[in-house]
Amino acid sequence: MNSLETCVGPITLDGPTVLASGILGISLEVFARLRRAGAGAVVTKSLSCEPWEGYPNPTVVGLGGGGWLNAVGLSNPGAQNFAEMMRPNRDIPIIVSLVGSTAREFAEMIGRFKDCTVAAYELNMSCPHVEKVGLEVGDDPDLVAEIVRVTKRDASPVPVVVKVGLGSSNYLDTVRAAAEAGADAITAINTVRAMAISAELQRPILSHRIGGLSGTPIKPIALRCVYEIASDFDIPIMGCGGISSWEDAVEFILAGSSAVQIGSVLGNGDLDIFGGINSGILDYMRRKGISRLQDMVGLARRENA
Amino acid sequence: MRDHPAIITIDEVIEETPTVRTLVFSDDVMASAEPGQFAMVWVPGASELPMSVMVAMDGRRAAFTVRRLGSTSTALYNVRQGEQLAVRGPYGNSFELRRGRLIMIGGGTGLVPLMRLITCTSAADEITVMIGARTRGEVFFDGLAEHLLAGHRTHLVVISTDDGTAGARGQVTGVFEEMLRDSESADGFDAVYTCGPEPMMYKVVKLAHDMDIFVQASIERVMKCGMGICGSCTAGPDIVCRDGTVFDGKRLLENPEFGATHRSKAGVVVPW
Repeated sequence: MNSLETCVGPITLDGPTVLASGILGISLEVFARLRRAGAGAVVTKSLSCEPWEGYPNPTVVGLGGGGWLNAVGLSNPGAQNFAEMMRPNRDIPIIVSLVGSTAREFAEMIGRFKDCTVAAYELNMSCPHVEKVGLEVGDDPDLVAEIVRVTKRDASPVPVVVKVGLGSSNYLDTVRAAAEAGADAITAINTVRAMAISAELQRPILSHRIGGLSGTPIKPIALRCVYEIASDFDIPIMGCGGISSWEDAVEFILAGSSAVQIGSVLGNGDLDIFGGINSGILDYMRRKGISRLQDMVGLARRENA
Repeated sequence: MRDHPAIITIDEVIEETPTVRTLVFSDDVMASAEPGQFAMVWVPGASELPMSVMVAMDGRRAAFTVRRLGSTSTALYNVRQGEQLAVRGPYGNSFELRRGRLIMIGGGTGLVPLMRLITCTSAADEITVMIGARTRGEVFFDGLAEHLLAGHRTHLVVISTDDGTAGARGQVTGVFEEMLRDSESADGFDAVYTCGPEPMMYKVVKLAHDMDIFVQASIERVMKCGMGICGSCTAGPDIVCRDGTVFDGKRLLENPEFGATHRSKAGVVVPW
């Protein structure tokens, strides 16, 4: 029997499609719906020590061709409120995304989840549109290493994943810092800094002016990053960036992803996309004679490929 | 449906009350919005907010009706004839129109989607529109409702005000309850549609549902993306912008957040 089960390092998932951070995800009931729709796990919105309102609207704009631009500004109810909401959960594999500026903030937030069932923590070191967090942390490998060391110590035995993106330094330096500090896996990539201007109104559309590009336009960039990370490091990867179909998912797995995160495509389709991608991957595996999804991971990097 | 903001120009501004205005514009996409659908309306220089898409008196143009309340709704309220706005959408689902004896209950700008719903009814439908307001000066759309219902053989526009300065004294939910009680055949009502403040809608939905009358309500939550990505509008298991904003009464009464709580811009659950 063909199996979609996959291991992202110590994180075992019964399917490879995972809800990406920032998408939906602020209520347990919605997580349950996503799980029923076929998601192997869900990543929460990035949580901060205190609740954040985010930026004023416009915060999201469609660019056509499956491309989206957003500067929501990491709005979230805060780690404490979220942990209380999450406490009844036992069955849903929830990966808690955290965002902050210092190791102390991350440690404080992890403390709030001590009595929750957490599948993993994903440290957001790549949000491109909020000052002092996200990419500004990711661009400083020493800070990344310090945060990863502290979170690994405090989160144990819960695995720690680091989400990287394209900032102003070489993202592979961020991956190296995270890997050497003991990160269990890497999520690559976040949205890519971008903007949109209304010609008619002669002003930027997003209230924050600069935001992050997601969806189909960044897929080839994200795919390249997954391939590079998989080539340079021995660390499990969750690919993320414009994955909209089973074909996209297979490409990311072949490049070296053990799981794939799904996000922006939900703006065009419905939650069933998770199950749709799963069954597309299964059909592909049958056709190619691959019995275990894990045997596909990184196939496109073999020497004669 | 457009996810990128399209520019519209305001043709006409109508004063509904001292705090409510209707902005009329020509746009084929918005003019064909279904009753209950909403647009994300960006006021250049201010913010963007969800607005139910209205129909103009002439039945051809689209409109937004706005009450000035916060900074963005006030910026929208202050838009003048000839000025531009940018709109995305329309988003969301729409009311499921039944035939026969229909009741529409609106409070304040919640009347907007109900006015559009009226335009989808047929002359044979027997329609009661119930308008609730605090006081006489805040009653609006009674004229528009009469105008849109002029071709209907049987129709009634009922006004109620909290202070009794126009129509019946008291809340519209009380008037509705009385009507159900007095009606010889309450089960003869085919559908109830409501939009307005959530505590009002909760009572309406509960009353109708308890009497086995088909009921739908259009609910409101904080909207950011409008298209089911950001999760700001989450209410229990429902993603309001995508699954709603119109829900059947049964589903609403099963949702622990309906009538009880909503979420702040940060997503913190707070009571109504």
